[in-house]
Amino acid sequence: MLALTVFSGLIVFAMAGGLFYRSRAILAAKPIRELLFSSSWHPLRGEFGLWAFIMGSLWVTGVAIVIAVPLCLLTSVYLSEYASKLVREWSRPLIDLLAGIPSVVYGVWGVLVIVPLIRNHIAPWLGTSSTGYSVLAGGVVLAVMVFPIIIHVSAEVLRTVPDELREASLSLGATKWQTVKHVVVRKAMPGIIAAVVLGVSRAFGETMAVLMVAGNVARVPKSVLDPAYPLPALIANNYGEMMSVPMYDSALLLSSLVLLLVVLFFNIIARIVLARVGKGIE
Amino acid sequence: MNRVDRRKIEEAVFKVMMVGSTLLIIAVLVVILATVVVKGMAAMNLAMITQTPKGGYYLGKEGGVLNAIVGSVYLAGGATVLAILIGLPVVLYLNVYAKRGGRLAAFTRFSFDVLWGVPSIVYGAFGFTLMLFFGLGASLLGGIIAVALLILPIMCRAMDEVMRMMPKELLDASYSLGATRLETAMKVAVRQALPGILTAVLIAFGRGIGDAASVIFTAGFSDSIPYSLFRPAATLPLAIFFQLGTPFPEVRERAYASALILTVVILAISVVSRLLARRFTRHIVR
Repeated sequence: MLALTVFSGLIVFAMAGGLFYRSRAILAAKPIRELLFSSSWHPLRGEFGLWAFIMGSLWVTGVAIVIAVPLCLLTSVYLSEYASKLVREWSRPLIDLLAGIPSVVYGVWGVLVIVPLIRNHIAPWLGTSSTGYSVLAGGVVLAVMVFPIIIHVSAEVLRTVPDELREASLSLGATKWQTVKHVVVRKAMPGIIAAVVLGVSRAFGETMAVLMVAGNVARVPKSVLDPAYPLPALIANNYGEMMSVPMYDSALLLSSLVLLLVVLFFNIIARIVLARVGKGIE
Repeated sequence: MNRVDRRKIEEAVFKVMMVGSTLLIIAVLVVILATVVVKGMAAMNLAMITQTPKGGYYLGKEGGVLNAIVGSVYLAGGATVLAILIGLPVVLYLNVYAKRGGRLAAFTRFSFDVLWGVPSIVYGAFGFTLMLFFGLGASLLGGIIAVALLILPIMCRAMDEVMRMMPKELLDASYSLGATRLETAMKVAVRQALPGILTAVLIAFGRGIGDAASVIFTAGFSDSIPYSLFRPAATLPLAIFFQLGTPFPEVRERAYASALILTVVILAISVVSRLLARRFTRHIVR
C-alpha cells in the first residue's frame, strides 16, 4: 500500500519526465526560443514553431474566461447567498450533470448550434463573414465546459465564509447585497480567483470539443471570428502522420510537455491558495 | 434619490442578473441535451447499436457502431478495474495507515488534486510514450493504461472524501476488539465507505467512457470488436468524432445518433450512482 501511494504521488513527475525524454530530440536540434516563438509550422521542412498554436490556445481560453467568469460568479453568489434550500438542492445535480457530459458531446453541440449561429447570425450582424468555425465558437463551448468547475469551487469557497461575518455586517445596517459585495465576496476573493484559475487551466487543456469547433488553421488569429488551432487540437489531430515525418513525434510530445507544464503551474498555484483558504476556516 | 433607495435598486439589479445567469446556465444544459436528443433520435435505428460497420460504412453504407460501444465498455471497464486496484489501497493507506496530517498523506492528496487538472490529451501523450517504451502498438491495453491513469485521481479524490468523513471512533472500536489494521481497513473502512466507493467507481467509469483525447493515440480505432488486449479498439467518442468529420450527411447523422447513445449511457450512470448511493447508506454506522 505504501508503495502504491508513493507511486501515485510520483505520477506527475513520471509524466513530465517521460514527455521530456521524448522531446529531447527536437530540443537538441532547435533552440527553444525558435520552437516556442516562431509561427512557422512546416513539419516537412523541419520547421516546428508552436507560436500560432500557443496563441490559438490563449485566444480561445481568453474568450472562454471572459464569458464564463461573470456568469459563474453571479450564479455561485446566488446559489450560496440568496437561493432557497430547494433551488440549491435542485441545481447541484444539474451542474454535476453538466460536468459529466463528455467533451465530444459538447463538440457535437458546438457544431450543431454554436457554429451555425456564428456563421448565420453573429458574423453578418458584425458586418463580416465567417465559416463559424472560429475562436468565438471554441470560446463559447469551452466556457460552458468550465461552468461546473468554477461554480463548484467558488460556491464551496463562499460557503467557508463564517456566518458571524455576515451577521456582523448586517447588524451594522448594511443591506444583504452590501454584505455580499463588501464582506463575503471580498473575504472569499483568493478562493474565487483560484476557482477561476482552475477553470482557465481546464479550458487551456481541453481538446476534443475545441478541435471540433475552432477551425484548426495554423495562423495566429486576429479576431474572435478567425479560426484558431489550439495546442491540444494540434496534438490530437496529427497522431496519424507523426511517425512518418522525422522529429514530428518529438515536436508533438514537446507541445504536450508545454501544455502539461502550463497546466501544472496554474493548478499548483490554485491548489495552494485553496488549501490556505480551507485552513483559515478549520 | 436618497441613499437607501439607491442601495435597494443596486441590489435588485444584481439579483436579476444573478437569477438570470443561473437560469442561463441551466438553459444551456437543457439546450445541449435537447439538441443531442432531437438530432440523435432522428438518425437512430436498431442497426446502430446491433451492427459493426460494414464495408463503405463511412461513405454512408449500412452498419452501426457496436464496435465502438463494446470497445468503450471494455476500455472503460478495464481502466476502472485497474484504477480500483491501484486507488483503493492508496485511499485505505491514506485513511487507516498514514498518520493523520502526515506529510506523505498531504503530498499524495495534493498530487491527486494536481493530476485531476492535467488535460486528458497529456495522459494520451504520456500513455503513448509508455507504449513506445514497452514496444506496444495502439491497442486496448494501451488505452486501458492511459484511461486508468486519467481516472485514478478522480476516483481517489472521490473515495478519499467519503473516507475522511468516517468517524475515527469507528476505527478505534475495531482496534479495541483486537482487529489488525488490515482487518479494520478491509472490513470496517471499506464497508462504511461502500456507497462512496461505488459512486466514485461509477463517476470514474463515466469519465473513462466519455473521454476521447486520451485514447486517440493509445487505443487506436478498429471496425471490429476487439478480442484481445493487444488489438486496437474503437471507442464511442472517437467514433462520433470520425463520423462527424466526414463530408457525407448520412454519416454525420450517425454521429448524432452515436452522441445520443453516449449521452444516454452517461445519464444512466449518473442516475444509477445516485440510486446506489442511497440504497447502500443503510449499512452505514452514523
